Formats: sequence, structure tokens, C-alpha cells
Amino acid sequence: MFDVVVVGAGPGGSITAKTCAENGLNVLLVEKRQEIGVPVRCAEGISKSALERFVEPKKFFISREVVGAKIYAPDGTEITLSEERAGNEVGYVLERKVFDRYLAKLASNAGAEVLVKTTAYAFERKDGIVRVKLRRMGEEWEVETKIVVGADGVESRVAKAFGIDTTLKPNELESCVQYLMTNIDFDPDYCHFWLGKSIAPGGYIWLFPKKVGANVGIGVMPSLAKRSPKEYLDDFVSERFPNGRIVELVAGAVPVCGEIESAVADNLMLVGDAARHADPITGGGIANAMKAGYYAGKVAVEAVKRGDFSKNFLKRYDKLWKDDFGKDLARKRKLQQKLIKMDDETLNKIFRSIPKNIKELSVRAIVLEIFKKHPKLLWDIKDLIL
Amino acid sequence: MPRKVAVVNRYRCAYCGACVSVCKFNANELIETFLQIYEDRCNGCGMCVKVCPMNALEVIECST
Repeated sequence: MFDVVVVGAGPGGSITAKTCAENGLNVLLVEKRQEIGVPVRCAEGISKSALERFVEPKKFFISREVVGAKIYAPDGTEITLSEERAGNEVGYVLERKVFDRYLAKLASNAGAEVLVKTTAYAFERKDGIVRVKLRRMGEEWEVETKIVVGADGVESRVAKAFGIDTTLKPNELESCVQYLMTNIDFDPDYCHFWLGKSIAPGGYIWLFPKKVGANVGIGVMPSLAKRSPKEYLDDFVSERFPNGRIVELVAGAVPVCGEIESAVADNLMLVGDAARHADPITGGGIANAMKAGYYAGKVAVEAVKRGDFSKNFLKRYDKLWKDDFGKDLARKRKLQQKLIKMDDETLNKIFRSIPKNIKELSVRAIVLEIFKKHPKLLWDIKDLIL
Repeated sequence: MPRKVAVVNRYRCAYCGACVSVCKFNANELIETFLQIYEDRCNGCGMCVKVCPMNALEVIECST
């Protein structure tokens, strides 16, 4: 019998498996795709501190380093944030195809068993343990485990199988398309973000530099968008990068519903996008997924030691992730609800009012400055940011 | 009785799972890298169509 079966070998799942295996647990890591890390569904950005908390940075999985972020209002007014102040997503641009495999390798080196092209398609709880039904290349079999960790992404079915309804509404996700583009001109030392209802309703367009070319992508909120994200992105690309070439296309969805009530059930913990851990403002998910994976691993170790896999015991995991970043998710969801209502002219006004002489811009400093000039405008969101 | 169900255009689908994340009827699943729709569970609400980044889904009338 396994101590833990982890479903999904993204960063959240692999860090969970690694943490469990390092502490002597018997772990199975299952990935439904035949290649870990492919197809990528991510802009691949992460801050240096968020990465380095869990993984020593290696050249072979870092595609590019940037020094900060440039954010553009609809009229082109630009503000620049340094890396340390630009949040969880700016610093390194990863090569997820390599990074995800590397993390799975770390889990495997620590002792976890890894299976690819394998789907965990059904779960049966009985006598305090779980029977997991697995399918690989037409072959079906069953394993037993004390704990299941659902790290199966935005499309998580593990959650539902254990009675946690994480179904998203059209105003709780970003629908995304991204091109890897070459033959385009941009400042490769920065990640770039374009805001505005006309450009990307309820979301934004990003450009993250890579070793070759850049990830140019868009997220829109389906409840606000009049067209598909691909159509908005194509408009932007043809206007701004008419000579650009697309060498890769990926699509994805990012949960931006904010903090969920609980990510545990009897014998179950949810990690990363499956637990809706992505940042509701930036859509970034790697940093929180790795933190959650670490916490889930630690709680699994304790649970096995105690022989207690009940929801009541696993709530310790809820407390850990909520204390770390749950409140931030809730706060950012509220802020997001305000931001998506702003029209382009208001955004322009805010951007233009930020004095150019602030040397070290931080989100906090910007808000303070705007607050001085537009007290009415910012009054209702000040609690959310300061 | 004709009823409404979602269908996927496999040539457009980029197998991202957006549609799965919004389906409250468990009527679809991303299996490895293809989308499977379970017509018997689909009620044709069109939520998946709304969130698909690739315009790969539509709701059609089908006679059962």
C-alpha cells in the first residue's frame, strides 16, 4: 500500500511527492500525459525568491532573467517596477518543459515512484483508505493508498471525486492563449504587461522574454469578453508585431476565484490550480503551487505518523496554506473585482498621475501617490492594497 | 426528442481543460491530450463554449 498517491506532475504535485518521499513515505506520482511538462499551459514567469525557496536555480531550466516589469495603460503610458517589487511572477522566465521534468526527477530521486501516460480515473474510499483506479495504455489496475493529493490542475476531477465542488463560473477564470514568437522587437530585460478593457477584458496581455523569442499571451475573463482570447491576441499581435512569427501555440485556463473554503476532505488534499491557488490578479500559479505542495507533503508525513487521514486532521494543511497565502488570494480577488470594472480612461488617468520621479516603484508606493491625487478614485480600494 | 449537447472540433481544440473546469455536470474530461465529452451527461448549457480560448466548442441539437 502507498502512503500517498499524487495525481498530476506539475510543480505542485512534484514538490508534494518530493517532500513526502524525502521524509520516508511510500509515494506514487501519476501523470496523465505521456510527457511531463508538455503541452505547457503557462507564461513561465516566477520571482527569484519564490523559486529559490524550493529549488536551487539551474541554468538549464531558466530561459531568461529579467530585471523588472513594465506595465502599460491603454494609452501607452508606462510604469516600471523592479524585480523585487513586481510580485510573484517576475524575475525568472522558466523553460517549463525542462523545469517540470527536473522537479519530477527530484521527486523520483527522493524515492517517489513516477508513472506517466497514466490516468487516475476513479477513487473508492473504504475502511479509512482509498482504492485508486489507474489506467495506462488500455491496461487498468488498482492501488491502495492512505492519502490522495489532487494536483491535477484547473480541470481537476479529483476534487469532485472527493465531494469538493470547485466548478468555476465564467467570472472565476481567465481564458488564455499564448504564442511563442520570434522575429519581434522588445526590451528583453523586462516582462511586459498591457492592460485595458479594449485590449483584454478582465485580464491582460503579457510578453515574457525567453532565450529564443518571447511568450506573448493573453488572458480574458469570459464573463466580460465579447470574443475569444485568440481573436483579441491576434489583433494585438498584428498591430504591434506585424513581422512576428509564431513557433508555438498553447492555450489554458487560470482559476482566479480566490481563496476556496477548504482544500481537504477525508484522505484528500488539493494542491495548486486544483485548489484554485493561482493569483487572482496576475494569474501566476507556480509559486503558490510549490508552497502548497510543500505544506501538503509535510502534513501527509504527520498524518501517516499518526495514522489519521481524516478531514479533521488534514485541516492542518488548510491552515498552513491559508496562513501563508490564502488571505492574499481573498484580498486580490476583491481587488480584481474593482479593477475589472475600471474603464480605459480611468486606467490612463491613474497611470499618468504616477510621478516619474519615484525611483523605486512598488505597488504600495504607486497607490499612495495615486491616493494623494485621486482620493475619491482610490478610496474604495485602498484597504485592499495597503 | 431532440436535445442540446456540446460538441468539440478536434482540429481547433488545444486540449487546455478550460471547459472541464466550468462543467458542473461532469460531462467532459481531458484524457491525456484529448477532450472527451460524455453526451449522456451534457445538458447543452453552453458554459464550456463560453470559456473555450480556441472557439473549439459549440452546442448543437442532436436527436437521441
